[in-house]
Amino acid sequence: MQVNEFKPLIVAFCCNWCSYAGADLAGNNRLSYPADVKIIRVPCSCRVNPMFVLRAFQRGADGVIICGCHPGDCHYTSGNYYTRRRMTLLFSMLDYLGIEKERTRVEWVSAAEGAKFASTMNDFVSKITQLGKNKRLEDLRCKK
Amino acid sequence: MQRIGVFVCWCGSNIASTVDVERVSEALKNEQGVVFSTNYQYMCSQAGQDLIKSAVKEHRLTGIVVCSCSPRMHEATFRKAARSAGINPYMVEIANIREQCSWVHKDIITGTEKAIILGKAAIAKVNLNAPLIPGESPVTKRALVIGGGIAGIQTALDIAEAGFLVDIVEKKPTIGGKMAQLDKTFPTLDCSACILTPKMVDVAQHEKIRIFSYSEVSSVKGFVGNFDVTIKKKARFVNENICTGCGACVEKCPQKKIPNEFNLGMDNRSAIYIPFAQAVPKVATIDPNACNMLKNGKCGLCARVCTAGAIDYTQKDEYIEEKYGAIVVATGFNPISMEKFDEYAYSQSRDVITSLEFERLTNAAGPTGGKLLRPSDNKHPHTIVFVQCVGSRCSVDSEKGKEYCSKICCMYTAKHAMLVRDKYPDTEVYVFYIDVRTPGKAFDEFYRRAVEEYGVHYIKGMVGKVVPEGEKLKVQASDLIENKQLHIDADLVVLAAAIEPDKSARGLATMLTASMDTNDFFTEAHPKLRPVESPTAGVFLSGTCQGPKDIPETVSQAGAAASKVIALLNKDKLLGNPCVAHSNEEICNGCSQCERVCPYGAISYINKEFKMPDRSIKTRRIAVVNPAICQGCGACTVTCPSGAMDLKGFTSKQIMAEVDAICR
Repeated sequence: MQVNEFKPLIVAFCCNWCSYAGADLAGNNRLSYPADVKIIRVPCSCRVNPMFVLRAFQRGADGVIICGCHPGDCHYTSGNYYTRRRMTLLFSMLDYLGIEKERTRVEWVSAAEGAKFASTMNDFVSKITQLGKNKRLEDLRCKK
Repeated sequence: MQRIGVFVCWCGSNIASTVDVERVSEALKNEQGVVFSTNYQYMCSQAGQDLIKSAVKEHRLTGIVVCSCSPRMHEATFRKAARSAGINPYMVEIANIREQCSWVHKDIITGTEKAIILGKAAIAKVNLNAPLIPGESPVTKRALVIGGGIAGIQTALDIAEAGFLVDIVEKKPTIGGKMAQLDKTFPTLDCSACILTPKMVDVAQHEKIRIFSYSEVSSVKGFVGNFDVTIKKKARFVNENICTGCGACVEKCPQKKIPNEFNLGMDNRSAIYIPFAQAVPKVATIDPNACNMLKNGKCGLCARVCTAGAIDYTQKDEYIEEKYGAIVVATGFNPISMEKFDEYAYSQSRDVITSLEFERLTNAAGPTGGKLLRPSDNKHPHTIVFVQCVGSRCSVDSEKGKEYCSKICCMYTAKHAMLVRDKYPDTEVYVFYIDVRTPGKAFDEFYRRAVEEYGVHYIKGMVGKVVPEGEKLKVQASDLIENKQLHIDADLVVLAAAIEPDKSARGLATMLTASMDTNDFFTEAHPKLRPVESPTAGVFLSGTCQGPKDIPETVSQAGAAASKVIALLNKDKLLGNPCVAHSNEEICNGCSQCERVCPYGAISYINKEFKMPDRSIKTRRIAVVNPAICQGCGACTVTCPSGAMDLKGFTSKQIMAEVDAICR
């Protein structure tokens, strides 16, 4: 038994129409991925405010992933385009602040891509596990 | 302060095998606001729902957290249970511990830990939930159909038959569309006009239908149930209420050299014209670009011969404003321009024609009276080459054509070939094709009849070049099955041009905020399950504006669109989605950022008076969200620099609380 094995904390924002359904499909097909991933349902990936991402890192998340519909398939026609632009900016700023680019990700997962959801999460978790704990932005005052 | 009840579902063994439900319900007991926590085998069962209802009463619960399967599965069930227990259905949150926990994690310890965290996140959210009440909006019981082809005609007739008012807006002087130009229809070979024109008359005579011909939609505002539409009625310089359609003016008009659009320029019309004999409405229209009277005030012959006195040279464009509950788009298609296909010598020879032109040539009401004569010398052609897929199924990087299959060409070419061989058995007919695609009732039989009974030469291969030489058209082609080059001296070459959406569709899509694909076909709300609805509520799709279709498919889609419209107009009030954006007017500074990102045009601005601390009154511009239009995507909430915009049901505070609960 390994002691002190690092278990990363991953926050995944999933849009209600595609990615959340894709995550459900991964469940229906019993495609496993690490329990470190915790999903928050949002109506559209464009609902994810950069503040939420910052908040997650501040509270000790080791990685944040935002999943939305594929470009052109957004339930709200254009929401994921906003996400793509906003997060590109945010992630490069976070990189500048010392939150490595590998800790943040935007992925397009459709409601039919349960397998993609699981493989994306497996890959993301293994990358974050290699990177280790997020120490850069974590606000220790927030911890009890 | 909320009083929250937590209900952990076993889902038989689906959840209970990898999540220790007992531990979960125990661990969540001490969360903020939780006054009751339990677990049960099947929460969604009647007994499970009764358990929730009685707990609401017993513990005076104000919020409910159900740790169970996906909210996509049973959120509606538990909301209904909450409502019948007397609490607002939007006070229910689901922690997804089946699809996103027990089914994907194999270890009971990690599974239980994650389930507890997901439960905590849901509790944190419910603590900030507020009761939501869906808005109501009235429904204007009138439909607008844009486009008066067979799709629009059928939709309008079906809606009107259900007892609702319908207006058809058609940009041409007559309804009828492309079908009016066709000769025969496959696979039955009945005459197009014979089946279409009675429908056109039905439309004209229906007391519930109004036709705005020679008109265009110039603006659309509003939302489902309440569209405000401005229709531009173009000046036709003839009073259509008085005109009897006698045609005396058309006969006397001295300006007779205008290419006739209805016959695709293969003959001429006069400056004042009626497109074709069965036009609806059958009234004359003056072409302002050709009429001498309108151009330089010299002539006025038509006014003199008109016994009804219908000619009005001073007529102006008229704008009509009307309210509608639903809008059906039926803007149809056009064959693509042949200018990029120089290899087929379309621009060099008048004897290279498109299939639609061929329709007019074989039509008894066409420029040749139905005799198949070459446009260049009016001689009967003895060898005809049909070229399939001109501009259809082009490669992705091809700048020339379309990637998609135009769907109707295989069948109409088989029809053309058959008609020629039937009328003129001395004519040799060649059809060059990539594939013959004939799915459809009695379609493949029809194509095989063309080959087997009518002796049409079908050759797999493409035409490389058409060269006009003397009276002949030298056709160079390849036969892929025989693997050889062919040289055919043809008298007439007919190109099966790809079809594309009408050019007006894009502007219309912008007005309607309806989405389009890369080919400018309207996209449907769901390609399989909602094929006749646009993603924009209250906008429906009929016919080829949504994708290539033949007449039977168009008519059935038109009927389907009509039934959706009828279902909508039948409602007196529409219940909206209460999870919509809302602007805090105290913080909003009216910067317009949110309006720019809103894909639905749901945000507008008003000037509102605010009382200042010193009792003075200051007027500020603030954003207002129309809850009936807002679909709740949340794009505006993120773009708002002052943080005034928030999304009900998914407020920033709620999502932050979930983040906090997960990261604790």
